[in-house]
Amino acid sequence: MTAPFSPVMRLLSSFSLLAFLLTVPAWAADWPQFRGPDSTAVAPDAQIPAQPKIDWTVPLPGRGLASPIIVGNKLFLTCASGPKQERLHLFCLDAATGGQIWERQLLATGRTMSHPKTSIASCTPCSDGQRVFALWSCNDLGAFDLDGNLLWVRGLTTDYPNASNSLGMASSPIVIGETVVVMIENDSESYSLGLDAKTGANLWKLDRPKAANWTSPVPWRADAHAAPVAVLQSSKGLLAVDAASGSRLWEYAEGASTMSSSVVAAGVVYAPSNGVTALSPGAGDAPPAQLWRSKQINPATVSPLVLGDRIYSLNGAGVISAAETKTGDLQWKLRLTGPFSGSPVGAGTRVLAVNEKGLVQVVDTSAPQGALTGSLQLPLNAETKENILCTPAISGNHVYIRTDSALWRLGE
Amino acid sequence: MKLFLLPFLCLCVGPLQGALDESLQALVNVGPEGKGNEAAGAAWQEVVRAGPAALPALLAATGKGSPVADNWLRVAGDAIVQNAHTRGQVLPVAQIVAFLQDTTRLAAARRLAFDLLKRADEPRAKAVEPTLSTDPVQELRRGAVQLLIDAAKTKEGGPAKAAYLAALEVVRDEDQTRIIAGELRKLSVPVDLPKHFGFITQWQVIGPFENTGRQGFETVFPPENEIRLDATYDGKSGPVKWQPFTSGDEYGKLDFNKPLGMLKEATAYSVATFYSTEERDAEIRLGCKDGWKVWLNGQYLFGRDEYHRGQQMDQYKLKCHLHKGANTILVKCCQNEQKEAWTVEWEFQLRVCDSAGTAILTAAK
Repeated sequence: MTAPFSPVMRLLSSFSLLAFLLTVPAWAADWPQFRGPDSTAVAPDAQIPAQPKIDWTVPLPGRGLASPIIVGNKLFLTCASGPKQERLHLFCLDAATGGQIWERQLLATGRTMSHPKTSIASCTPCSDGQRVFALWSCNDLGAFDLDGNLLWVRGLTTDYPNASNSLGMASSPIVIGETVVVMIENDSESYSLGLDAKTGANLWKLDRPKAANWTSPVPWRADAHAAPVAVLQSSKGLLAVDAASGSRLWEYAEGASTMSSSVVAAGVVYAPSNGVTALSPGAGDAPPAQLWRSKQINPATVSPLVLGDRIYSLNGAGVISAAETKTGDLQWKLRLTGPFSGSPVGAGTRVLAVNEKGLVQVVDTSAPQGALTGSLQLPLNAETKENILCTPAISGNHVYIRTDSALWRLGE
Repeated sequence: MKLFLLPFLCLCVGPLQGALDESLQALVNVGPEGKGNEAAGAAWQEVVRAGPAALPALLAATGKGSPVADNWLRVAGDAIVQNAHTRGQVLPVAQIVAFLQDTTRLAAARRLAFDLLKRADEPRAKAVEPTLSTDPVQELRRGAVQLLIDAAKTKEGGPAKAAYLAALEVVRDEDQTRIIAGELRKLSVPVDLPKHFGFITQWQVIGPFENTGRQGFETVFPPENEIRLDATYDGKSGPVKWQPFTSGDEYGKLDFNKPLGMLKEATAYSVATFYSTEERDAEIRLGCKDGWKVWLNGQYLFGRDEYHRGQQMDQYKLKCHLHKGANTILVKCCQNEQKEAWTVEWEFQLRVCDSAGTAILTAAK
């Protein structure tokens, strides 16, 4: 369903806010979706170990680059196994010990082909604190309660048979109030969907640009009291939609990355567009005001994060840049060891990034020019040329990272 | 397994069978775009609550709805088995085995039966696996074929040849076939892969037509309206005619760059006549990284306007129905404007097989 900009949006937003308030996650230490709370990649009440060490590791039966998510004392993680990645696993583990609480398996109903480097288990699940919504890039989407009871399941390729990318897709869902927002954007049958979180039925469906797109939707609020809306990113730019109705709210049409996702902080959208462009949307349907634009902090494929009053971005050469959020002025640059596929995450004054070869690197952002405080080489499987492509998750004083074969918890 | 308890267990749940059937039906009934999910959510809980006694009926219901319905049933089966392990409940292993071995049952249901068996009683599953090498379900063969490959690796000379040839007879998956063929060739045994897989290698091709701006995918060029092998049409840069082309590729790839030149923004067609000895259901399986459409006997099967994202054998499985005698397979293949080295390919591979991936070869006229 496509709806024009509409004055009834305020009313709809009120309903959305009510629904949102009824389903606010209960745990401060939760990391409920790709890049954590509100997709910011920042854990507000957590600490990143300055010199991380391995606490434990849990073997996985299949491949994947989806991040783990944490809800209360439970960790949820997907992977895919089988000769054609056709077995889709969702694990619920004890976040403290890694012990398995339950596992559920689906069989892929959509196409499971992907580039050998990536996997069908590329989309990070999301949770509203009561339910977990797990999507794989074959477009199978399941909703479970925290005890593993199946609430509903969809096979989106069954409904929309030309929606796929033979390289694999990677967009992660988000849940806003009672709507699960998924972006199934590709060269052919390209769309975004709002699904009823209770039943999985379509609330809305938007046709989207016919172009491969690996970015994830992010929530944005006009102010602290407003209901979040979903910001959909594509090669064309950004489109904000009301999560409950799919109505179009505002649009930014100057293009954006199809790999690196936007980040929102204090109502400002930092979009990977012409480098990074800081946008301040208003309450109406006018295009957002551009606050600044900087090509000096161009994120290559990973997504930026905002920590305090700075935005941090990793480029293709493995250089992390820090810039003022107010002006975009570059503060410092620090060369890390790349290459990176997973996005950096932050907590306190530290940023943590893991390169594809399993080197965990911790940056102290309070040092005048930024400083590497610690690093840890994870013992990856050289025989299988194992890579780390995932974005880490943070909860409490721990960091969770997964590979194709294992989940690791790091601590001090 | 305390199998002696099973009749008692079944007796106890007998009166509940009607309710269970209704719940299972609610799962089978889920429709497109989430229709029926609300009822299915409640029904799923009922099915799981029914415990191990529900498994035979759950298996019988599998495959009767959509693949999405099968996932509702699959997750319920998983939950029942996991709960049974936690609670020390008896699982109807013998019934699951019997269901698996009944090849008249639906493919999806038998796959689930084997998966549940692996979780319920792994030693029993391992004992059953070698018997599945000729199974009509492609996915069920795989483990048994791997056992044959592993056994062949322990042999040399004549016994190794015999073992690999036996494995070649039953193998259907491409990766396992490649291994077996490689080992046989090391032993100087020729392997005809196009015949093994059923690739069509004899084609008539015509082109180029336009695909500037990727508009050719939706443009109806003359071969979509008529197949006249003696016709001449206006093409992208002049008159075009059908010409014979035989693929020499081991995996049946028809490379349009060979008969038509290294072109960009171009559309081509290929047509083949496939003779079937009987009227039957079949699958046309295609691999292609360009825009493509396929018709069988003038009926459009499927198409896809994706370019250069990857290609593999059996990438697309198109269910179809063959007439007895001549069947016309028409393929449209569109090359786009990209100039990178990895966008040169303008090709497809196509085979005709049954649902187990067993080749159906074209018969003599």
